[in-house]
Amino acid sequence: MKAFLILEDGTVFEGNSIGSAREVISEIVFNTSMTGYLEVLTDPSYAGQAVVMTYPLIGNYGITPDMESERPWPDAYIVRELSRMPSNFRCEGTIQDFLVKHDIPGIAGIDTRALTKILREKGTMNGMITTNENYLLEEILPRLRAYRTGNVVEKATCNSVCRLPGKGKRVALMDFGAKRNIAKSLQDRGCEVTIYPAYTCAEEILADKPDGIMLSNGPGDPKECKGIIAELKKLYESDTPIFAICLGHQLMALANGADSHKMKYGHRGGNHPVKDLDTGRVYISSQNHGYVVDTEHLDPAVAVPAFVNVNDGTNEGLRYTGKKIFTVQFHPEACPGPQDSSYLFDKFIAMMGGNQ
Amino acid sequence: MPKNPDIKKVLVIGSGPIVIGQAAEFDYAGTQACRSLKEEGVEVVLVNSNPATIMTDKEIADEVYIEPLNVKVLEQIICKEQPDSVLPTLGGQAGLNLGMELAESGFLKEHNVKLIGTTSETIFKAEDRQAFKDTMEKIGEPCAPSQVVHNVEDGIAFTNTIGYPVVLRPAYTLGGSGGGIAHNETELIDILTNGLRLSRVGEVLVERCIAGWKEIEYEVMRDSAGNCITVCNMENIDPVGVHTGDSIVVAPSQTLGDKEYQMLRTSALNIISELNITGGCNVQYALHPTSFEYCVIEVNPRVSRSSALASKATGYPIAKVAAKIALGYTLDEIKNAITGKTYASFEPMLDYCVVKVPRLPFDKFITAKRTLTTQMKATGEVMSICTNFEGALMKAIRSLEQHVDCLRSYDFTALSKEGLLKQLKKVDDRRVWVIAEALRRGISYEEIHDITMIDYWFIDKIAILTEMEGRLEKEELTAELLKEAKRLEFPDNVIARLTGKEEAKIRDLRYANGITAAFKMVDTCAAEFAAKTPYYYSCFGSENEAQGDTDRKKVLVLGSGPIRIGQGIEFDYCSVHCTWAFAKEGYETIIVNNNPETVSTDFDIADKLYFEPLTPEDVENIVRLEKPDGAVVQFGGQTAIKLTESLMKMGVPILGTKAEDVDAAEDRELFDKILEQTQIPRAAGGTVFTAGEAKEVANQLGYPVLVRPSYVLGGQGMQIAYSDEEIEEFMEIINRIAQDHPILVDKYLQGKEIEVDAVCDGKDILIPGIMEHIERTGVHSGDSISVYPAPTISAQVKEKIVDYTQRLARALHVVGLINIQFIAMDEEVYVIEVNPRSSRTVPYISKVTGIPIVDLATRVIIGDTLKDMGYPTGLAPEAEYVAIKMPVFSFEKLRGAEISLGPEMKSTGECLGIGKSFDEALYKAFLGAGVQFPKYKQMIMTVKDADKPEAVDIAKRFEALGYKIYATRSTAKYLQARGVKARRINKISQESPNVMDLILGHKIDLVIDTPTQGRDKSRDGFLIRRNAIETGVYCITAMDTADALASSLEHASVSEKLNLIDIAKVKNI
Repeated sequence: MKAFLILEDGTVFEGNSIGSAREVISEIVFNTSMTGYLEVLTDPSYAGQAVVMTYPLIGNYGITPDMESERPWPDAYIVRELSRMPSNFRCEGTIQDFLVKHDIPGIAGIDTRALTKILREKGTMNGMITTNENYLLEEILPRLRAYRTGNVVEKATCNSVCRLPGKGKRVALMDFGAKRNIAKSLQDRGCEVTIYPAYTCAEEILADKPDGIMLSNGPGDPKECKGIIAELKKLYESDTPIFAICLGHQLMALANGADSHKMKYGHRGGNHPVKDLDTGRVYISSQNHGYVVDTEHLDPAVAVPAFVNVNDGTNEGLRYTGKKIFTVQFHPEACPGPQDSSYLFDKFIAMMGGNQ
Repeated sequence: MPKNPDIKKVLVIGSGPIVIGQAAEFDYAGTQACRSLKEEGVEVVLVNSNPATIMTDKEIADEVYIEPLNVKVLEQIICKEQPDSVLPTLGGQAGLNLGMELAESGFLKEHNVKLIGTTSETIFKAEDRQAFKDTMEKIGEPCAPSQVVHNVEDGIAFTNTIGYPVVLRPAYTLGGSGGGIAHNETELIDILTNGLRLSRVGEVLVERCIAGWKEIEYEVMRDSAGNCITVCNMENIDPVGVHTGDSIVVAPSQTLGDKEYQMLRTSALNIISELNITGGCNVQYALHPTSFEYCVIEVNPRVSRSSALASKATGYPIAKVAAKIALGYTLDEIKNAITGKTYASFEPMLDYCVVKVPRLPFDKFITAKRTLTTQMKATGEVMSICTNFEGALMKAIRSLEQHVDCLRSYDFTALSKEGLLKQLKKVDDRRVWVIAEALRRGISYEEIHDITMIDYWFIDKIAILTEMEGRLEKEELTAELLKEAKRLEFPDNVIARLTGKEEAKIRDLRYANGITAAFKMVDTCAAEFAAKTPYYYSCFGSENEAQGDTDRKKVLVLGSGPIRIGQGIEFDYCSVHCTWAFAKEGYETIIVNNNPETVSTDFDIADKLYFEPLTPEDVENIVRLEKPDGAVVQFGGQTAIKLTESLMKMGVPILGTKAEDVDAAEDRELFDKILEQTQIPRAAGGTVFTAGEAKEVANQLGYPVLVRPSYVLGGQGMQIAYSDEEIEEFMEIINRIAQDHPILVDKYLQGKEIEVDAVCDGKDILIPGIMEHIERTGVHSGDSISVYPAPTISAQVKEKIVDYTQRLARALHVVGLINIQFIAMDEEVYVIEVNPRSSRTVPYISKVTGIPIVDLATRVIIGDTLKDMGYPTGLAPEAEYVAIKMPVFSFEKLRGAEISLGPEMKSTGECLGIGKSFDEALYKAFLGAGVQFPKYKQMIMTVKDADKPEAVDIAKRFEALGYKIYATRSTAKYLQARGVKARRINKISQESPNVMDLILGHKIDLVIDTPTQGRDKSRDGFLIRRNAIETGVYCITAMDTADALASSLEHASVSEKLNLIDIAKVKNI
């Protein structure tokens, strides 16, 4: 079946429908990872977005157990070519069936590089995928321009508290749409991990007396999460060691007087160099964010930049002055992407007084 | 960390002559690195014995020594030039070994010279088998169970503990020389004995066989601050068991999930960190196909063939960055030259698929075993880029220039199903075609996978291609179908064949439906950042990114494709220089080529690089977009010449010598007319199509005669026939490949062979120098030892040569380069062959005369005259030194290949000896070719009757050098009767000790074996030569070569110290 991707700027790509044939409007973003399409699909941070994979051959190893959550999150999936025959010893199915099962629409067979260049030049924009050949641009474009994603954290977070056993440090993980490997990275280091829904109040978490608090990744504009930001301020003041990733990093910064803004087209992929400003070492990181923390007006008495992106100089992490708190914009839990910065979990354990 | 200010002058070690396993990739890496060093204001001293390289140009380095690559020579250079550092990681295994030896001996420390780019500890840890195993064990990286052995007994004992089959890997050899898989004790003894001998340190690793696992490679970089990145990973379609140089390779890996990908990536970073490498490194893995188990196969702590491939596949300039790291920079300080925005500390992301296919030499060595093993056999490779795997494979196949353009090009339809299954078990260069045929016959994926262990994903991709073949044959050719066929990169001619239509019809249908190629950019970052460097590949069904508009004049330079015997790196040298010369004159330059090993495909050589097959259709796609003002074909070897007609049809003017004049030189009748007109003699002869005609001509001329196809390079198919039977045999071989052109039969004249290259501006010529071959006519010019200035011909003969060259160049209206081969016999000069284009000797003669002939030829093509440019005409003054080009062969890599020299070229590379005297130059040339005598002072002679008189003098000279001479019956008898103390030995068929025992006893330096006339039918002679080669014994098959070697050894025994000549300072005019 034919499908069309219509962008806010009026560009139309014609391809084939994959997954669900349902019509969808979403914000279109691109990811440059060459492997890890399944981790991308199941990363809750993509809630409210349609993902374009720049690597043209997707689905080569099918669906494996490497899922970062229970289901795929993007509103839609855009690829150049879906492998007709996945091959891997752990393969359990095809992307096509997976998308159908979860009712996620998509489009294949389009020039994803041309699409990526539009997003790079004009910035992230909204788009529609439809199988209706008689679409009317004049009717669709105003709808695309008006479209806003909102309250995505609410959709991506868990509903109830959940405890993962461990004999070591007790960590409270605030789930803003957490990837599984965050909890797993902590568990692998012996931690007992208690996962709290995003809207849990600070008092409830602190009442459980965790050794440390982990703030997870998650989707959307951090500024929309006003309630959470207020709670984080209390956690900041509690003197409990805190480690935050991605959205967690942004929210903690906003809670402490920093600002954030939407990037032109964000960082999504597994090849971004980040520099540790303490040591000068550069690590290749996994990234997925469309918003970034502004550090110009950040009071050094509150926090100082700890990591910076080598390519564009944007902030990649903060160290909070006088506190056992550090936060990063990138993803040390990898999955997909490089595992180079997994040592940060060890650092967190050490901060909580553990021996890792 | 910024640049280390202590590094001011660096000695860069090149990799020497091109041999199988060490090819053009090191010229590419070395050239890029030298330019990178010079960019930083560092003075570069370069040493490489290979004169065909670009790195040995005076533009690339400040001081250039084309000298033999051994420790003594390097020590002398270091004493003379006093560099503060030595960079050994760019010259392949040869360079690394030399760096290691210099460090180990304490010489570097003594002279206060640092090894940069790596340390001797690092080399030791990565290259020494036991040290490597210990290091891997220390950091918990798994290796296959293995043991280093120094003798056969230990090898057998260890194998008995782990079981057969085992893989054998000799330490410190290149291209896996001497390695292999042993399935039983006989094979083990055979391979192990050979491997122990070839290893520099006499050690071989015996290892659990992991054949059938996936073979995955990572290219990693690390700087002195410890920052590491991976440039690229690659997956070999052929599982472990086939050398990666002989495998079809795809980048990035296709069948690995992120979990496997990251697991191996992390491992590679751990390894490079533990080895403390600063620069580039290649790590090879075997990954179990159905689990996460993996083994580290090998680590190369240097740039390599794989790193050249990774550079071209991603756009990331590994050698350039490695050179900067060696100077002290960290990755985050080095700009990514492609984007100009980002830094070297990132990992390239591809939004396309890259396929590399090896170029194997079995068309040249028809007796050689086609089987692919852990010992590399490919002479070169091609790479292609497409947005899908099928398309990339199809493009790579037609880039090979081996008469293959699709998956039907090797015909296995005659095989039964059983026959096919049997053929599938044979791992050779045609395996992909066998799989395609198996799929057409309905053999299941499972069966194919179980036999080949090739991943299902790849088998399915091949099936997609065979399904398309079927659809094209059966279905009506709709625009939709055509569009899909083009997306899979079926060329028009193949579609035409399959649909039974004419190629022109297919082309019209495409254009009528807007199905045209689009060009996409290789930008290292999957379009995340705007890139500056126009490096393009084509695909169908996409939006075009390449911009054709420019205000400047535009020239298309066609490259020479994969490196093969007969068309080597020399043509890349010419293409690159031509491009630079055009750029200097203000032209916009466009290079089209598909060889990832070369300098010409580096992203900053031309204004635009199209990484594409060199077929008419592919070139036309580029022409349609770029509309060049002209194309140059005379520098890209036969590959480019072959495109002349098509380019003219596309309306592209051929710059320089006109196509009809090129034709006139190749076409027998036209050429005869020109010779008549210019009154230049040549050997009598005729053109024929059939064996009957050939015999008729031969009998008229009288035997021996030279038989050869026209329009070929490197004398392919050329033979000397002594009888009607041989004519029949040779004609049968030549006609195995369909001939569009006639076959030439000439009277064979045995005289001195002379070669000249000249620049002609349409009126005047400039001959930089006359070269004389040491071997008499009958040995291909590429396989002859060539001497400049010509030492034995008279002034009169030289005059004649200059005169003939002038006449021929004018008669053929040459504008640019011309190469002529002559025979000088009894003061008479005959023409053998005229090529109005660049030749193999162009780089060599340019360097030793200091006359930049490619630049001059290019300017002549643009319209300058030699006089305008201030150059004299006629023959340039002779140099005050002698330069000798020595061919280098790779026979030991090609089991079963016939090594005796003849009219068909067999050498893979060359080296240069340059000295104050003939003897010194000759000695250096032999040294450069790896002939290091004497060791045991024992030799074997077995010569044909015609050579016996000459053999006496040669034998006496070797005796005088202290050699003990063994000879077979008739040779011994002849020599003894003339006062040579030759010891008679038994023939192979006779009882031990016989000639074979002597060779295998590792006590022989040299075998002189001149085969009987014509094609040697004696199994004995073949066996002697093969065994000599495979046991590392130097083997000579022409008396002239033996004579030269004797002179060289006589010189060596009198002089110890060599005179070094800085080529960069050479200037004759």
